[in-house]
Amino acid sequence: MLDDKKKPLVQVRNLKMHFPIHRGILKRQVGAVKAVDGISFDIFEGETLGLVGESGCGKSTVGRCVLRLYEVTDGSIEIDGTDIATLSGEELRAKRPEMQMIFQDPQASLNPRMTVGSIISEPLDEHRKMTKTEKREKVGELMDAVGLARRFADRYPHEFSGGQRQRIGIARALALNPKFIVCDEPIAALDVSIQAQVVNLLEDLQEKYGLTYLFISHDLSMVRHLATRVAVMYLGRLVELGDSETLYMNPKHPYTQALLSAVPHPDPAQAGNIDRVILEGDVPSPANPPPGCTFSTRCPQAQSICKQDSPEWREIGEGHFAACHFIE
Amino acid sequence: MLNFTLRRLMYTIPTLLLISFIIFIVLDLAPNDPTGNLPLTIPPEVRAKIRASLGLDAPMYIRYLLWCQQFFINEPLNLFNEWFGWCIGDCEGRLRVTSWATRSPVVDLIAERMPQTLWVVGMSYVVGIMIALPIGVISAYKQYSWFDQFGTLIAMIGFSVPTFFTGVLLIVIFSVWMPNDSFFWLPSIYDTTLDVVDWDSFVKQMRQMIMPVMVLALYNAAQISRFMRASMLDNLSQDYVRTARAKGLKEKTVLLVHVLRNSMIPVVTVIALGIPQVFGGAIITEQIFKVNGLGQLLIIGIQGADIPLVQTLTFLFAVLIVLFNLVADVLYGLLDPRIRYD
Repeated sequence: MLDDKKKPLVQVRNLKMHFPIHRGILKRQVGAVKAVDGISFDIFEGETLGLVGESGCGKSTVGRCVLRLYEVTDGSIEIDGTDIATLSGEELRAKRPEMQMIFQDPQASLNPRMTVGSIISEPLDEHRKMTKTEKREKVGELMDAVGLARRFADRYPHEFSGGQRQRIGIARALALNPKFIVCDEPIAALDVSIQAQVVNLLEDLQEKYGLTYLFISHDLSMVRHLATRVAVMYLGRLVELGDSETLYMNPKHPYTQALLSAVPHPDPAQAGNIDRVILEGDVPSPANPPPGCTFSTRCPQAQSICKQDSPEWREIGEGHFAACHFIE
Repeated sequence: MLNFTLRRLMYTIPTLLLISFIIFIVLDLAPNDPTGNLPLTIPPEVRAKIRASLGLDAPMYIRYLLWCQQFFINEPLNLFNEWFGWCIGDCEGRLRVTSWATRSPVVDLIAERMPQTLWVVGMSYVVGIMIALPIGVISAYKQYSWFDQFGTLIAMIGFSVPTFFTGVLLIVIFSVWMPNDSFFWLPSIYDTTLDVVDWDSFVKQMRQMIMPVMVLALYNAAQISRFMRASMLDNLSQDYVRTARAKGLKEKTVLLVHVLRNSMIPVVTVIALGIPQVFGGAIITEQIFKVNGLGQLLIIGIQGADIPLVQTLTFLFAVLIVLFNLVADVLYGLLDPRIRYD
């Protein structure tokens, strides 16, 4: 693509995640919530792929599927050459150190009965053979790396502030020297003042350890700042994927255009000049998505073809993909 | 935590005094007569003399204060005398809380009956917990599986079928229908005089304990397994469990270290709160299997209007309930680092 020397670390192909719906006395399956419905993308080594979309479009589900925290319905997820979608129990566990996740809610994602030290060192017990002193040293290093004082190791998560808890979550994710980290809205639960600190920390760590991120967020400006490339999701499908600058300057898909036009302008004098694309109606239910293009019910440019044929996912520019009938 | 415990212990003193007074009033207001079981040929004036000799002619508050003196001062002094040989005050002529029916000190009666109750009812509690915890864990982990459905059914039966039915049912099956020479035949009467001295008498003791223990264990297990299951389900869906899986821990570690430990917090409290019932004995089950424990003692006391006995036993149960409430609170604080009492 842009640079042939870059090789993809993560290759996702036709990923599907359908959650069955059971109803009635006999709990028969009457349908499925198509949270993720056939998406494909690559993540190159050392880059940050931003994944944006509105609430409920399946962003977090993609993140969890990519790490096999869910049993995926269909598709393949190759991380560093291994298809983890089909790995079983022990093989998958052995692969876990390479891929980690930073969770959205830093309060709920830490075990309330474990001290910070044991939260961070637990993966080491499981995957590394280390003596007690080595482990303590490693925990200390990790806490230094994320900017937490070492003396906090014996405290419990509830004694920390939100930002500090997220740092604990990051230290835990880094414990096994992963290559690939899924950041599932890591800043959504934090104060704005703390968000910047955590984002800067993530950037520093990426530089220091050569990490690859899948950064899931609904904060478009933060993604623009952080991501190398950006993927836009709507109702379980990708609608556009491209280089961060290209996509923000020149969005092709009508949904991306609408989404970006909703970003507030920092200069109030300029704010009035933006052409807002306002979408009508609600997001359809993922249990019963509209036929054809899923966006056709709200798209300002929709034609009759949109309601019949699902648009193909195709390359429209160099490394720029989109799914729309009308993009040249 | 120590301050909290001491403060709470101080609060228990007025609470318990109030409870003892309420028990006394209720017993006094109850229309019972300690001479009621005596032959009808005894003339009324003799009955009045008997009542006077029991101290029943004194006003209620005098009798209450006398009981307080006997129970809170004389009984502890007597215990000191018996255990350590310290004699404080008048050791020989001291008035103890005495049963009207048997004329022996109530505390001695309780000490006699305590071992049977602890063995049978206590064992049933332990067995119940040991059955309930794994059932609760597995039912939650495999929610809506056939195991879970079956567990729910058993729990519902254990919960809703009273012990006087299950007890009699077991007796009919294992003592009546089962041939006497069969290995599975079990005695329907608990023999308190049995001394465990060798293997044979131990086996005999086990055999006579099985039925009462299982009847009560089914009931306890039904309750605790439901609590365990609910608490596990609550924790299984928490985010930190996903974190634990993402760490690449073994499923066993995720379940036993992360989920189970957090789920045990409310369950341990429930178990602690249930312990006073063990001491209280299981009145009905002890009656069915003729275990002469505390429950049976209470029944006899109530039937004979033996007020000092009933008053003392009921008050001791109240003490245990108040104490184990405190124990449950302290345990909660120890197990959950988020809870601090200071």
